[in-house]
Amino acid sequence: MSHPTFLGMPPFPEAAKEALANTQQRANLAKATATIRDKRARAVAEMPDWEHLRLAGAAVKDTVLTRLPELLEQLEERVTAAGGVVHWAADAAQANAIVADIVKAHDGREVVKVKSMATQEIELNNALAAHGIDVWETDLAELIVQLGHDLPSHILVPAIHRNRSEIRDIFVEEMGKVGRPAPDGIGDEPAALAEAARLHLREKFLRAKVAVSGGNFAIAETGTVVVLESEGNGRMCLTLPQVLVTVLGIEKLLPTWADLEVFMQLLPRSSTAERMNPYTSMWTGVTPGDGPQEFHLVLLDNGRTGTLADPTGRQALRCIRCSACLNVCPVYERTGGRAYGSAYPGPIGAILTPQLRGINQHPVDAQTASLPFASSLCGACFEVCPVRIDIPDVLVHLRAKVVEHKRGHLGTEGAVMAAMRATFTSPRRLGAAQRLGALGARVVGRRGRLRLRGPFWIRAWFGTRDLPAPPGQSFRAWWRKQHDRS
Amino acid sequence: MRVGLFVTCFNDTLFPQVGRATVSVLERLGVRVEFPEAQTCCGQMHFNSGYRPECVPLVRRFADVFAGYEAVVTPSASCAAMVRHYHHVVDPAVAVPKVYELCEYLIDVLNVTDVGAHFPHTVAFHATCHSQRLLHIGDRPRRLLEAVDGLDLRPLAHPAECCGFGGTFSVKNPDTSTAMGIDKVADIRGTGAEVLASADTSCLMHIGGLMSRQGNPMRILHLAEILAATK
Amino acid sequence: MTARDDMLARIRAALADHPATPTVPREYHRTLPDADVVGLFAERVADYRATVRRVSPAGLPGAIAEALRGRVVVPAGLPPEWLAAADVEPLHDDPPLSVEELDRADGVVSGCAVAIALTGTIILDGGTAQGRRALTLLPDHHLCVVRADQIVGTVAEALTRLDPSRPQTWISGPSATSDIELNRVEGVHGPRNLAVLIVS
Ligand code: SF4
Repeated sequence: MSHPTFLGMPPFPEAAKEALANTQQRANLAKATATIRDKRARAVAEMPDWEHLRLAGAAVKDTVLTRLPELLEQLEERVTAAGGVVHWAADAAQANAIVADIVKAHDGREVVKVKSMATQEIELNNALAAHGIDVWETDLAELIVQLGHDLPSHILVPAIHRNRSEIRDIFVEEMGKVGRPAPDGIGDEPAALAEAARLHLREKFLRAKVAVSGGNFAIAETGTVVVLESEGNGRMCLTLPQVLVTVLGIEKLLPTWADLEVFMQLLPRSSTAERMNPYTSMWTGVTPGDGPQEFHLVLLDNGRTGTLADPTGRQALRCIRCSACLNVCPVYERTGGRAYGSAYPGPIGAILTPQLRGINQHPVDAQTASLPFASSLCGACFEVCPVRIDIPDVLVHLRAKVVEHKRGHLGTEGAVMAAMRATFTSPRRLGAAQRLGALGARVVGRRGRLRLRGPFWIRAWFGTRDLPAPPGQSFRAWWRKQHDRS
Repeated sequence: MRVGLFVTCFNDTLFPQVGRATVSVLERLGVRVEFPEAQTCCGQMHFNSGYRPECVPLVRRFADVFAGYEAVVTPSASCAAMVRHYHHVVDPAVAVPKVYELCEYLIDVLNVTDVGAHFPHTVAFHATCHSQRLLHIGDRPRRLLEAVDGLDLRPLAHPAECCGFGGTFSVKNPDTSTAMGIDKVADIRGTGAEVLASADTSCLMHIGGLMSRQGNPMRILHLAEILAATK
Repeated sequence: MTARDDMLARIRAALADHPATPTVPREYHRTLPDADVVGLFAERVADYRATVRRVSPAGLPGAIAEALRGRVVVPAGLPPEWLAAADVEPLHDDPPLSVEELDRADGVVSGCAVAIALTGTIILDGGTAQGRRALTLLPDHHLCVVRADQIVGTVAEALTRLDPSRPQTWISGPSATSDIELNRVEGVHGPRNLAVLIVS
């Protein structure tokens, strides 16, 4: 079983162009994001202390970042004391090898999996497949993506780009190939589709020996790991198998148990827009007679320390993966998540992916370098972010990194920017440029609107838009005339 | 109070009528406006595109040019936001002049909502992202427009949605920018208004450019032009 | 160098600018002054489309009898009088029930550790009358008995009553998904029916 990957995706503008042409996907996304946006707004409006919670959430996460070494050591000590095993993985390859070794030491053939962003980031499923291990995604949306041989497009609802009839077709076509088939004559009502998933996955839950999960939070003070979910697939994976492996980004820590009072309020309302998600599981190491009797915690770096090193960019590590920023993003709403070419789509993806891939240290590939520009800087993301990540600020900061890496190879864009800087540092040159423009306008102006051909920028504008012809007289020329007279 | 007009490079070059309208509104209200001719650009395009070093001389020039003024008024919300929020990021040592977007200056400083304008038309107002989310000018434009004699303001269905301009975003991601703009155009047309107005000409240029290309242009004005209109 | 040393060294290097640890402003509400927590809890649980009933201690066995039938999982420490009026086949977890037996059960009845009014949440921690986590997971019907004195106003209050070393399940309504067009559907893998009896 091999799984699709984001490798080889084109830069954002091209991927977006393709996605924009998919009218079905656009309709699905527009409907889904509008629904969840309104719901979130209602869930948040109910909380008079929401802004205080956001301020506390941001400060707690900043505390984690500034005290990260000691908190990680404390977490390790507590988990170990409670009967768990802690592993450290500097990159994706190390993390994947650790998980594969654990699976092979036990059942060796299959694992059930709770939706987790960290394991998507490291493409764990592909790595396990290479060892002949079957991975069963158990979150409904992940199941839809997996059965559809598809790529996820949203943090919370990876199959947000699919509508009910597409999902029905995927279930009918694919379920039987990997287990219990979809019931005969199944329709496309969401309840029937959920029932099909329940039946299909139940046999896998009951027989699985090893489960793999991510984690929303890990409490340094107590060694407790916390997973929020809705369907109960998480509880199945975290409770029934004998062995549990949790892959956790090092930034997922919270200093104290009491800090959950902030995050168990911020996350559900920002994410699924509920007062509380249906199920949250919390466990500390191993509990004799209850749940997995072997627990492994894999602490993952994979670019996080590089992100931490950037004083402006490090705030991206506060992210609690609620996906509120995706749901309000006008770009995401239209292009969907796959255009971002990584497990982390939308505004957070545009600032996190490039940093995880090292943009703060060295030049990056064209796809990665295109991500910080995939935003109109409208600021809707910052407004909803429960941990107050100033995404527009970080986007602009990362754009400067991209330009810095390209110095000397900036092409026409660099030339235009340099010329404009020269023009703008001298009112005399600006005036001259304006007079030239006015002259040109009289030559090419047509019905008062311009249409030009030329380098990429010009073509990109005029592909869909006109431009008013420059006026005959600039403001400064008018002003001078006025004041010369008087 | 010494008031300097920052017309912005964009309005200066492409939409001088916006600058003239701003002067006319302010003078009608008794403000003596000066236009320091050494002014050029706030550096927003360079800053937002990642050209930080290029931005530094522009930010310093801005501070020098407007150093003597108690208030700088500009008919551009995004340029006002650039100065207020990012000039000190570009150069922490710079003394950032006190800049007001026109609506802020009228309401917060002059304490006027009725500027004595007359404009007997239906108007849709596009609340630009930077005016709302960076400057937080809120309902100031609405209060000013509602006080205009004869004006009938038509609300948009999705007023908080970005129009898709985004500076160089409009040419670096032209397809997405256009998709966003087309939805905004549909919302604006849905209001049935004769005139589209806003506090940022840049967004208006994008929206207007799309409308013109659709073969169905609409009358587009900066808020200042409406406030300047009289019987 | 081990991955552990390597990572810790890199983290320390990344923090070479010594960013200050902020003081966390905690001006959010930790309690719900003057709230009718029992009433609020009942209302919020019902919002999740769980069945909620308020009963007196004397009425509890009758209410339980009405809510349960067939083979019912009974966690250790469940007060025997709770089932006094019920016509059910009790399944005790001693010796431990297999997952197949749990899967075939018609329901489970449990108590809880704490409940949160503001969010309509029930918290199980494996204590008395709750059992290990699988017991309240596999049966399709979960009847949970909540005493009024177990209900607190806020998440913050609940956390102070809980012992982090115990495995916990926080339950807010029946299993649900919004994965299909973001429409909420109750009932996927967890119990599809959640019934709550509030004893006061
Ligand atoms: S950046 Fe903020 S809004 Fe976006 S997913 Fe992360 S926490 Fe949520």
